[in-house]
Amino acid sequence: MITLKTVKQKKNDLNIKFMLLKILFTISGFIVAILVNVLFPQKADVTFKIYTLNILNLRIAFDINSAYIVVLVALILIYAISGIRSIFQKDKRKLYAKNAAFRFALGIALAIWDIGGTKIQIFAQPFFPGPAQIIEAYIAEGSYIVQNTLYSIRLYLAGFSCGVLLGVGTGILIGWFPKVYYWVFPVLKITGVVPAVAWMPFALTLFPTSFSAAVFLIVICAWFQIAFLTAQGIQSTPKQSYEAATVLGGGQINQILHVAIPHAMPDIFTGIGSANAMAFTTLVMSEMLGQPGGLGYYINQSKVWSAYYKVLAAIVIMAVLFSFINFLIGLIRKRVLRWQQGVIKV
Amino acid sequence: MKSSISISNVNRIYKDSDGNRVEALKDVDLEIKSGEFISIIGPSGCGKTTLLRLIAGLDKPQTGQLFIDGAPITGADPSRGYVFQQGSLFPWLSVRNNIAYGLRARNVYRSKKENIENYIELVGLKGFEKSYPHQISGGMAQRVAIARALINEPKALLLDEPMGALDSFTRAALQDKLLELWKKDGTTIVLVTHDIDEAIYLSDRIVIMTPRPGKISKIIDVNLSRPRQRGSVSFLEMRRQILEFFELAQAIPQPEYNI
Repeated sequence: MITLKTVKQKKNDLNIKFMLLKILFTISGFIVAILVNVLFPQKADVTFKIYTLNILNLRIAFDINSAYIVVLVALILIYAISGIRSIFQKDKRKLYAKNAAFRFALGIALAIWDIGGTKIQIFAQPFFPGPAQIIEAYIAEGSYIVQNTLYSIRLYLAGFSCGVLLGVGTGILIGWFPKVYYWVFPVLKITGVVPAVAWMPFALTLFPTSFSAAVFLIVICAWFQIAFLTAQGIQSTPKQSYEAATVLGGGQINQILHVAIPHAMPDIFTGIGSANAMAFTTLVMSEMLGQPGGLGYYINQSKVWSAYYKVLAAIVIMAVLFSFINFLIGLIRKRVLRWQQGVIKV
Repeated sequence: MKSSISISNVNRIYKDSDGNRVEALKDVDLEIKSGEFISIIGPSGCGKTTLLRLIAGLDKPQTGQLFIDGAPITGADPSRGYVFQQGSLFPWLSVRNNIAYGLRARNVYRSKKENIENYIELVGLKGFEKSYPHQISGGMAQRVAIARALINEPKALLLDEPMGALDSFTRAALQDKLLELWKKDGTTIVLVTHDIDEAIYLSDRIVIMTPRPGKISKIIDVNLSRPRQRGSVSFLEMRRQILEFFELAQAIPQPEYNI
């Protein structure tokens, strides 16, 4: 017992040293990024604008490059603090140590991007603006980018929520009523393979506003996919489930709502997942081809002026926004399908 | 609150995938008294499940009629509880909500929801109310299925090999549970099984069915006093009789020779 205890104690001591090394490892990538940025001169013809901030009557003047360094320093501080905190929290220690290598690589990637881009111009300019320039896009056109992001969100929400409702609704009808299956399913199958943006010429002329036209395109791309899978889920409900409901006194409506739909739920979410990916594509495409706003529109507009750093800035926002939407859908899915989780007990 | 069931001259013919006529039930007559515990045994293909489904109203005969308390059976009704062989629980509902399904389906959930706790306790599933079907064992799942049927307060309980997939210890425990429930409510029970011991242990009468065509071959009165001892001489004697009958009826087909 005593020896066991000392071994355990030793292991704990080692752990702290180990963790300190991991923290150093995590932040060293970003330190390299700062060093690269400070030590290497700019070769590309990039002028950094000077911005002034008024905070508490203090006028702070800074250029974009120092904003980039501030971001790097902030990252270093965040990771250092979370690392030190994880020393005292057993469950977080492992995760932090696991993430160290990736975070290091992130810092190194920023350094390579910086040095290869505007510093020594290995990557073609202006297609590969430095990380500092992307930050510039957010500072210079912050409110404009926010405005376009909100436009995209609005478009997505309007289109996708209608698409889900229509898709689940039609899917239930197709799955439940053989007559509806006979007439509607082939149509769905054929038109479902056509990318939604192919309908754009019609949408743009038939709908009163370009917004409603884009909503329509997102609706149909979500609609067909979700209806298809919902119908499949309803049809694959075992006969015994319906019989069990019947002998317990469940009528037809009850069986649709409480047997068929719950059984189809996993399929419905599969449909929502894949329709979601297609909805993002349709959203950005339709914004690029005929919307007065949105991230796709912003990309297109920036491209015309060869402002590739703005294009990248919009792409970064898309990556974050779409990942967040996926995350939310994942949360809802987990909640609705919680009956599928759990270890099998004997 | 118990039903008598009357089956007269019932025929049920299926067509198999090759288009051949399969006589699942041929000229079946049976009177089940109210409050009786009756078992139907026989080898597979003898039509015992078909007969039970007809009583439940899940299937209809081509000819003949079935009556419940004198009225013809036209379709499924919650007054006849039905327990499937296995896997009939709704996987998306917790144990409690599976049991409550019948109350909700019949729109009596509000007035009768106190009963849910009673039935959970009755089948010994307290503490598992929130578990989902895949989280509990097969024996527990069948007890949920029985509670789910009982909560509708059926006048007849139809059981289709509810213990077929269980190990012998769980099965024995569930058999005693079933007897306990039957003694308490006095519901008419029709049990389909292929386990001779189970039939002798539980029932008042045993209906023996044989296949090709599916028909009732013999009905045996089980005149053993309850509680019954599985190892008693009279129990084993009855078992021997039934096995002998099956041997005489020769369920095993003779080999065919082609020269």
